[in-house]
Amino acid sequence: MNHSNKSICNYYPLHFIQAVVRTVDVMTYVHESTTGSKGNNVGPGVSQLVFKIVWRQRRGTSIMGEFKVHRVRFFDYMPSAIRTMAFNSQTERLAVARADGAVEIFNFNDNFFQEKVIPGQDGRATEALCWVGHRLFSAGLNGEITEYDLENLRPQYTVDAYGGPIWTISSNSQGTQLAVGCEDGTVKIFAILEERIQFQRNLNRHKGRIISLCWHPSSAQIAAGMTDMITIFDAETGHATRRLLVDRAMGASKNKEVVVWSVGYLSDHTIISGDSAGKVQIWNGLTGTLVRTYLVTKWDVLVLSVSKDESSVIAGTSEGTVIQFQFISSTVDQHDKEWVRTRTFRNHSHDVSALAHTDTAVVSGGMDTQLVVRPLLDKVEKNTQESALRKIAFPHRSLVGCAKKAGLLLFQFPDHLELWKLGESEGHGKPGDRLPVKRKPEKLIELKRKGEDHICCSALSACGGWLAYSTVSSVRLYRIQYNNTISINKVSKLPKELRSVHQLCFSSDSSKLFASSCQSSVIVVAVSQQECRYLHTLKHKTGSRQPVHLLCASDDGKWLATANTDCEIHIYNLHKMKLHCMVPVYNSCPTTIAIHPVTNNLISVHADQQIFEFSLVQKEYTQWSRRLQTQGLLSLWLERDTPITHITFNPKNPDHIILHDTYMFCIIDQSLPFPELNAVLWNQMILKSLPVSQRIGQSHAFKICKSFQHLMCVSLLEDLSLVVVERPLLDIMSQLPAPVRQKKFAT
Amino acid sequence: MAALYEGYTLCGLVPDQNLSSSGIQGIEEERDRDHVVVTDSTRLVTLYKVSDQKPLGSWTVKQGQKLTCPAVFNSQTNEYVAVTDNKVIRIWKEDDILLDKAFKATVSSDVWKVHCTHGGEPVVLFQRGAVRLLDSLLAAPQQPIEEVLAQEEAIRWSTIIVAETQQFIIITTEQKGEHFLYLQRLNPNSVQRYRLEREEPGLSPLSFSATYRDKHICLLYLYPNGHVYQSVLSVRGLGTEEGVQALPLPRSLLLGLPVGDGQLEAASAMALDEAHVAVVGVPHPSAGGGKDFLCIWNTNFQTLQAGKEMAGKIYGQLWSYSNKVFIPHGKTLSIIPFECPKSSLASALGKLKHTKTEESKTPNSVPSWNNILHGEKAQPSKSAETRRTRTTRKSQSTTNLTTDQVLELIKTAPVEEIQKEVEGFLTRAEFQDLQPSVGQLALTLVSRSLADPAFYSSSTLAQLVHTRCLCHSVCPDLVLLALEKKDYFLCQLCLQFFPDIPEAVTCACLKAFISIPDVDAEKVSLEPDSVEFMENLITRDRAEAGLQNGFSPTSSVVNDRQTRAEDVKKVSGPSQLSCPVGLHKAVLINEILQTPYSDTFLLPHLKDLSSQHVMLFLQYLQFLCLKYSQDAFPQMEGFRSPSLSQIMDWVCLLLDAHFTVLVMTPEAKGLLLNLHSFVKSQVRLVSELGKIEGSLQELRKMKAKESIGQYSIEIIELF
Repeated sequence: MNHSNKSICNYYPLHFIQAVVRTVDVMTYVHESTTGSKGNNVGPGVSQLVFKIVWRQRRGTSIMGEFKVHRVRFFDYMPSAIRTMAFNSQTERLAVARADGAVEIFNFNDNFFQEKVIPGQDGRATEALCWVGHRLFSAGLNGEITEYDLENLRPQYTVDAYGGPIWTISSNSQGTQLAVGCEDGTVKIFAILEERIQFQRNLNRHKGRIISLCWHPSSAQIAAGMTDMITIFDAETGHATRRLLVDRAMGASKNKEVVVWSVGYLSDHTIISGDSAGKVQIWNGLTGTLVRTYLVTKWDVLVLSVSKDESSVIAGTSEGTVIQFQFISSTVDQHDKEWVRTRTFRNHSHDVSALAHTDTAVVSGGMDTQLVVRPLLDKVEKNTQESALRKIAFPHRSLVGCAKKAGLLLFQFPDHLELWKLGESEGHGKPGDRLPVKRKPEKLIELKRKGEDHICCSALSACGGWLAYSTVSSVRLYRIQYNNTISINKVSKLPKELRSVHQLCFSSDSSKLFASSCQSSVIVVAVSQQECRYLHTLKHKTGSRQPVHLLCASDDGKWLATANTDCEIHIYNLHKMKLHCMVPVYNSCPTTIAIHPVTNNLISVHADQQIFEFSLVQKEYTQWSRRLQTQGLLSLWLERDTPITHITFNPKNPDHIILHDTYMFCIIDQSLPFPELNAVLWNQMILKSLPVSQRIGQSHAFKICKSFQHLMCVSLLEDLSLVVVERPLLDIMSQLPAPVRQKKFAT
Repeated sequence: MAALYEGYTLCGLVPDQNLSSSGIQGIEEERDRDHVVVTDSTRLVTLYKVSDQKPLGSWTVKQGQKLTCPAVFNSQTNEYVAVTDNKVIRIWKEDDILLDKAFKATVSSDVWKVHCTHGGEPVVLFQRGAVRLLDSLLAAPQQPIEEVLAQEEAIRWSTIIVAETQQFIIITTEQKGEHFLYLQRLNPNSVQRYRLEREEPGLSPLSFSATYRDKHICLLYLYPNGHVYQSVLSVRGLGTEEGVQALPLPRSLLLGLPVGDGQLEAASAMALDEAHVAVVGVPHPSAGGGKDFLCIWNTNFQTLQAGKEMAGKIYGQLWSYSNKVFIPHGKTLSIIPFECPKSSLASALGKLKHTKTEESKTPNSVPSWNNILHGEKAQPSKSAETRRTRTTRKSQSTTNLTTDQVLELIKTAPVEEIQKEVEGFLTRAEFQDLQPSVGQLALTLVSRSLADPAFYSSSTLAQLVHTRCLCHSVCPDLVLLALEKKDYFLCQLCLQFFPDIPEAVTCACLKAFISIPDVDAEKVSLEPDSVEFMENLITRDRAEAGLQNGFSPTSSVVNDRQTRAEDVKKVSGPSQLSCPVGLHKAVLINEILQTPYSDTFLLPHLKDLSSQHVMLFLQYLQFLCLKYSQDAFPQMEGFRSPSLSQIMDWVCLLLDAHFTVLVMTPEAKGLLLNLHSFVKSQVRLVSELGKIEGSLQELRKMKAKESIGQYSIEIIELF
């Protein structure tokens, strides 16, 4: 019925249907009052059809819209502070290291999508990141240098530098050598080889730790920031050629030594330093003289970043400000340029400990855990999406699992998992009401991870009977039984193929576990009460080695869809255990995929906010998808800056697709027309204010609800109640440590 | 303002094992102001020359004997008097080497203390309260001593005071938790007993200090809860009514000191002069809970005048002789010179001109070896001097020396050198010490600039102003000098940092700022924050504020049509306005708007403005008003900017000052009409707001009810 209905909507122009509906509304009224059998008043062909429409439309305006919502705020997700970041301007990738050791890769070419996350590890304490071509290195206070395997999302190897904690790492411009600054005062040079790095030598050792390093673009010198001074080394001989003494703070803190948190070394031998006394200083590295001092904060200048063309430097402070300095002539007619303090950005409440200066934007992050991309308005076109400020506060993947049949929620933390049972209410209410809670939600299980690797993914089967999680080193599977008490048993013997896994997913009947493994392959394992058996490894033929970040099995158990960070989406036939087809590659990375339970169409949403529907049977985009592409999405939809991270379907109404980002959830009704380009996207308030009969004419396919903010998950249970997992940013902010004291008024 | 100067060490201490007492029993003045006798708590008496920090002689008693009262110096006979083992009085001269061979006499009762004033005869005070002149006692050492005090009464503290020609012994005692005061007059002897008012139960005074002034004895005492009381005793009416009946002693609360958490333990307060009290062992009000501070409080204004952190434990002991405080702390006995100039409200508020500039040269308490060896005239060569100061960067004792040198330098040296040296000086100096010296530096710089028109060091002055230790009254010519030199940046800094700019000067600045040609103004470099604020105000970029995370931040509730309509209005409205003055000029005027003033003083000066200036200024104020009322300020919070009420106040002031002129000027008509309509619209807005106040209140109540817990089940409807 629904299908026929949709097709009618497709073939009849909208105004026609509206006109018909209006007339039929009157007719049904007459009809009901005269209690005859339906269809007597109208001819059989059209009347049947029109009746169906009326029924649908009515349901759409009155019955369909009501949802019982479980509003969940007990997911205490707490992102980790941003410790450092590195931007690779060739690939436009930003690597961000967090305090828990996790490294995230953002693609700046693709709407700042967080395409990869390498989970952290206890005690890794990454202090510095460094790109060398496509390779990513990090160093930390555990004294080790790590190179990451970006295809398998894990550390590839670690090398101990034997110099105590490492504060900084920096590569020369050719990408042949890596310098690290150690606690014991040594600068160690490592040669970058094909598959590894090798220790070459130490530069002359100095007393005091090396806090910051920067190579001269010619690779002949290295500037090292230490306590109370900056030392310039000759990279060839290893001798210190100059020492620049950095003044301590004025006044009471004079006795405290000053730490040079960050240095920059420009090709004209200008050295720029930021220190714990709140100064940004410009030095002449050739003569070793101080050129300018800018006192920018009462606290610390923690980090500096130099633009690629060396015309601009940004400095991050403990006060949460980012200050820009530009190499410009101070007056218009003068030709000699100097470093001038130009702009101040205040986008953080806490320490700015990581900065990157891209060609067009200032990227900053710090204690307040948010990544902020602030476009420089002289570099981008004004009043476009490009010029908008972006704050990335939440991960671009779902940390919440939902067992729709059992009404369970699985929360994934780096070091544990929580399994909650939702509460129950009694009675009914009208929209806007809050129902009395009869049974409170209950935390069933808190499962601590084993080992020091953090959890990278987890999955809960739809029946709630199976739970699996993975770290970079191992996968664990648990059987959960709910009798009077809850029992959880670890499945002891897992097939050896299940080792390095990026994504886990259960089939809807909970008989199979899918795990994405190296080189975009997917391992299929049968799980049952008795045993856990390896079935097959699904592989594709495109040769992409990028990790699969999305997995999705169809409800009927026939299809499995995978998406990898090369933007490829592969469909496997699980009955035949082989590749069925590949969805045409779109140039933006899919942020979530789902297979429709009734039509078996694949819905994919991409980082650029485009939505596609692909028919698995016909191996082509559906009519609906084509129409959507022809008509185009509204700019307000496209300008949203958080990706859609989850899709669910309404089992009672196959036309409904429910998807959400951080700020809203949206029900797309495939039976309704798309909004016109000049239409209002968020039209819920308008619709509410209209009388029922006029709503039909105004409504369109996108039903957006923004009453719930900072969504971690929106899902629809089998009993048709919505689960909304909120994590208000304010709650996260309130858990942060107090920011540095700033004098305000007479306090 | 009173000031504490750099201290120096007189001697080391041997405190108790558990640091409960300092190991010093007493410090008494010797033959002149520069000599003191220090008695330690066991066996040693030492004579020091204070300015040399050097012991001149010392005497010990035999092992097994113990000094039980501080040695005093009898200046009539040039003899020292001390008591060992409570009963043995010992008298010796400076050239006696062994105390055992000196004179001693055993008395029949335990001695509490021997007191002696300069030029007076020593007085022996017995533990039971009796008092004898030393001579009369020694005439018959074994004479019976009467008991003055009651059975369980014990002496807590005693001192001697000379009032006119009379000597008074003051004794405080404690009996069963009550405190009494005995005022004993000598020759003829008479005694009066007073009862101290009770403080909170269980609190006994921590320290006493007595001074004589204006024919009255002032007693100052400190309680552990930080209260400092003063009681005034008349010396006249004494003796008429002798007896044991205790009179109540009236007291007045002089100071309530901050005590931090808990109560004071080892603390002491001492009157320095009629208006100043030195307090030790009490926390500094702006330095957290540490109690190791020596502070000088002004009791008239209840203000803290100077404070100094003392390293190590404070024992609550404090002596003061000839403008020096003697304070044992940690393992040293330090001497800290201080200065308490006569204080007045004007100087406390910084409005007094030239009160202390002449006399405020710091006393050279530590002799400069240069001066001693070469005399004042032989100045070491400048290069050597700077090298020396560099090498002795760390050593604290040279600080006040270098202040003088920098001052000397300023009088003669070229601008660059001064700039370098002042910068160095500022980085070296401790923040607390900065206050007096910065003032002197600025004053000298300004006076040289005034005398020598070719000399002007803008950056140095700016640096000094930046320390925030300066205020207008310390250096009254600075702002006018900056105006004269057209150093608008410095003017801006002064306006920003000086709390006490007189209205006349404010007005002078205003006049100067308004009359700068815009072309000149744009050349001036000003504080970037304030410039940025004005830039934002003049050329607002709306898109940036509007979109955050792809959403406009305000619209969490969906009401699109409305906001859109508003947007359109907003964009079209302010674009018609243009700023009547240039950017930098506006920044400078903003600074004026933010300076504090009182309108009665400002009005007469405002009248001096010419009518063109008034017009321009009013136009600018109107521009600000409109800008403020039309635009919301989402991004302006961090900036220093005039508030709307400040702007309105200035508009009112200007209208008041030039009412007739403005009414008569035809050009002003449009402006006044505009202002009038602006005010009218504001009034209308406020009255409308008043109408809906009730409903808004209801809304707020509704909001409060709706707190979302960890979990709720709600019904929503989508259309």
